[in-house]
Amino acid sequence: MSFLSVREISPKVRSINPTELEPLVKRAAQIKTELTQGVRKSYKDVIDVCWGDPHRGGVKPLTFVRQVLAACMYPQLIHSDKLPVDVRRRAQRLLDVCDGESVGSYTATAGIPYIRSNLARFISRRDGGVPSSPENIFLSSGSQISLTHVLKLLIHNQASLPIGVLTPMSTYSTFKMAVEGLGGAVIPYYLEEERGWELRVEELRRVLREFKDVCNPVALYVINPGNPTGHVQSRTSIEEVIRFAAEERLFLMADEVYQDSIFGEDTEFVSYKKVLSEMGPPLSHQVELASFHSVSKGFMGECGLRGGYVELVNLDPEVKKYIYNIFLTDSSPAVTGQLALDLMVNPPRPGDPSYPVYAQEIKTIKAMLVHNMSRVLEVLNNIPGISCQPITGGAFILPRLHLPQGAVRKAEELGMQPDLWYCKLLLEEAGVCVGPGCEYGQKEGTYHIRLRVLTPVDTMEEVLRRLKNFHLNFLKEFS
Amino acid sequence: MNKRHYIRNSSQDLRLFRWFSAKQCALPTPKMTENGLGHREKVLNMNTMNPNVKRVEYAVRGPIVQRAVQIEKELKEGVKKPFSEVIKANIGDAHAMGQKPITFFRQVVALCAYPDLLEDNKFPDDAKNRARRILQSCGGGSLGAYSASTGIEVIRQDVARYIEKRDGGIPSNPDNIYLSTGASDAIVTMLKLLTSGEGKTRSGVMISIPQYPLYSAALAELAAVQISYYLDEDKCWGLDVSELRRAVEAAREHCKPRALCIINPGNPTGQVQSRQCIEDVIRFAAEERLFLMADEVYQDNVYAEGCQFHSFKKVLFEMGPEYSNTVELASFHSTSKCYMGECGFRGGYMEVINMDPQVKLQLTKLVSVRLCPPIPGQVLLDLVVNPPRPDEPSYATFIKERTANLEILAEKAKLTEQIFNTVSGIRCNPVQGAMYTFPRLTLPEKAIAAAKEKGQAPDMFYCMKLLEETGICLVPGSGFGQRDGTHHFRMTILPATEKLKIVLENIRAFHKRFTEEFS
Repeated sequence: MSFLSVREISPKVRSINPTELEPLVKRAAQIKTELTQGVRKSYKDVIDVCWGDPHRGGVKPLTFVRQVLAACMYPQLIHSDKLPVDVRRRAQRLLDVCDGESVGSYTATAGIPYIRSNLARFISRRDGGVPSSPENIFLSSGSQISLTHVLKLLIHNQASLPIGVLTPMSTYSTFKMAVEGLGGAVIPYYLEEERGWELRVEELRRVLREFKDVCNPVALYVINPGNPTGHVQSRTSIEEVIRFAAEERLFLMADEVYQDSIFGEDTEFVSYKKVLSEMGPPLSHQVELASFHSVSKGFMGECGLRGGYVELVNLDPEVKKYIYNIFLTDSSPAVTGQLALDLMVNPPRPGDPSYPVYAQEIKTIKAMLVHNMSRVLEVLNNIPGISCQPITGGAFILPRLHLPQGAVRKAEELGMQPDLWYCKLLLEEAGVCVGPGCEYGQKEGTYHIRLRVLTPVDTMEEVLRRLKNFHLNFLKEFS
Repeated sequence: MNKRHYIRNSSQDLRLFRWFSAKQCALPTPKMTENGLGHREKVLNMNTMNPNVKRVEYAVRGPIVQRAVQIEKELKEGVKKPFSEVIKANIGDAHAMGQKPITFFRQVVALCAYPDLLEDNKFPDDAKNRARRILQSCGGGSLGAYSASTGIEVIRQDVARYIEKRDGGIPSNPDNIYLSTGASDAIVTMLKLLTSGEGKTRSGVMISIPQYPLYSAALAELAAVQISYYLDEDKCWGLDVSELRRAVEAAREHCKPRALCIINPGNPTGQVQSRQCIEDVIRFAAEERLFLMADEVYQDNVYAEGCQFHSFKKVLFEMGPEYSNTVELASFHSTSKCYMGECGFRGGYMEVINMDPQVKLQLTKLVSVRLCPPIPGQVLLDLVVNPPRPDEPSYATFIKERTANLEILAEKAKLTEQIFNTVSGIRCNPVQGAMYTFPRLTLPEKAIAAAKEKGQAPDMFYCMKLLEETGICLVPGSGFGQRDGTHHFRMTILPATEKLKIVLENIRAFHKRFTEEFS
């Protein structure tokens, strides 16, 4: 018998609900192998639009970012005239703030002070002058880590009821897993699909009323722009949420990693911090807020570099002293991620040698998003049995599947969530990998799939073609 | 919608029962003035904050380092001091102290970061081939894509091959390899995994005194019980099984011992455990049914004659099936130390042996929550386990750099031991391995009293004074744990040789002054 058996494993870890994507992803990898081995299928490749991973999907990294990183990693390049002058200058500037002028050194636990200062300046610029202090900014190896660290502060097991975190349905699974892994409870609130996945405060109120006797709600987690919904909150909506958090004494966690992915006409991203500040006292001094950003999304799409930060607003000064403690066991955040953050908030400017290429690359990605968004809506809304809310931001779209009863019954017979089963069939028969709505959370009796819109245009076109064919056949079979 | 569907926990969990029968926990009520506004207590305040956070301490980056950073600022601002720079001999960061990166490694990661460089003839072919191979295994051929949460498959395979080669052919299965964000990530993950219980049933984890304070910090945060076992300073920080036995027997009264952590080569003590000792520890773990955690990040840092690194896995398998089929082990390694010193890349791995398959599923699930380790760190790890071969163009430079780095460290280890042992009141064990020295200080009674008045541990008092007078930043022994009534500090042997000589000289002079001042 094992020394360490499952019984001895942390119950918090055991309570984590695993992702539904694992078997799907495994099967996708298997099919890819089968294809290379010559197994015949009705498609020649597997297209993965499941992950929020633009590079995996074929989007190219930004040249300036990669040139600077390469020069930082191998400083001989700084003396080579193969790289533009501004790249070399930036690399030298960044190496100057690394101990021993090496990206292989540890940094301060909260991140390189120079980069924290630049982030503060960026935030202030973004928010029309609202002050931001580097002291309130903590870098981490990806925003998942800083999200988990903030949760660690909030979630404890000292009370008889678990600490509750209001979490949007739909949301990506690792946040829910992080809450569960710390012994907290996910309090799900639904977004209003018929109104473009709007967040309504009435729903937050309803959910609080319902869960108040089974847990101790302490935090409200919002994702803006939404993942996977693509909804960009209006200023009014943000104000309502802030007011609600103040009334109900909830710590606000604003996940804003998609803030650069805005493509709807007349759509503007405005940060929770900015709105909070403009609401004036007493709220602007009272509401406790943690805002998160990262290099994984937006135009950079550098998920693998693991760069993220959290800005803490209005935290209790006594508590702030301990924030540092939580980050300590990481030693320091990955340096490549920190550098990428600096490059994200300080891109080439007009007049810089790298600017023309940079501007063109940004333009291409923006055009890709705008094109894909309208194309996806156009195609999907014309397929019987699929309906799709317009999206104005983010990287995904979450179309609704109106599955025939026969299909739902078949899935139930197989003991599977209907949309997961749909995704499995779509993968097998059409070689397209999308995420099932049950993974992200949805109203009972509704089914969805999630597709990444941040995908090269021709790939998107091919995905839509295969999806349409598959769906029409599916309807024929199960109607 | 079923509330229970969401407020879920494992089915045997008592808390589910308590949730529906307990009263709501009272929240602190906001203070209101008459008009309803006024000073409100924060939602997240000292009463509502996770109390375990308060217990976390990590001396390596603790108050003395914060003071050192302040002094650096003061120096920049032109404040006059008896020294011109702060020497941070507190942290095991080789590059920060001037060690140069391994050329081949940096060439390959740069090629991976910016693949256009593959056309540049300034890069050797073997570096380019490595980069191409690695990029092929990255999503979209980019370092910017997520990998599987356990790490890029090809790299895990390379790690397994490295382990096999290192351990004389003992098989290593890539499925047992988990890549991580530095070794710390994997260590904390394992501790998280095996921590459970409350009160007397809390998990107990054995760790050496002195220890690397990541362990104590993680255990404090997890509210697990730290079971301390003492290394024997008089026997060059050797480990006696009878001490392990004493510690675990005492611990059984108030916790459930689950794991035994050992750092070999040791941090801060630098001892390289003998093969016999490793066998004894394995036998002990088997008898007491403890999960073994072997922190082997300094495995290439062995200097003393007669000392050799033996991996726990190798010894385990050479002890035969009675042990190799049953003892549960996790071994940790990283890119931060050895001859490459790439701390900032956050590369690392753990290999798990004989882990219960159900437990392994939980482990795999747990690591997926943090998505994946940084890809550049995974790439660097791949190069560490797969360095240039003798028939490759980059081999000559590589082996020269590697050898030089390790030789210089060995020289500095010896130099440090020699010089410290000439100082009356400082006694230094040989630095057999790792990157540190942990000498014992004899402090005058008056100094100990002065420290007490300040509310400081005597070695903290000593180190603070040393910092203020010489700019040398060390970490007091109290940050690592030590026998009651003894005092130490940890100093890295990383500053460049000439600088190290000056540091040692300054400490010698300081110690003399200090002893005189407090006699």
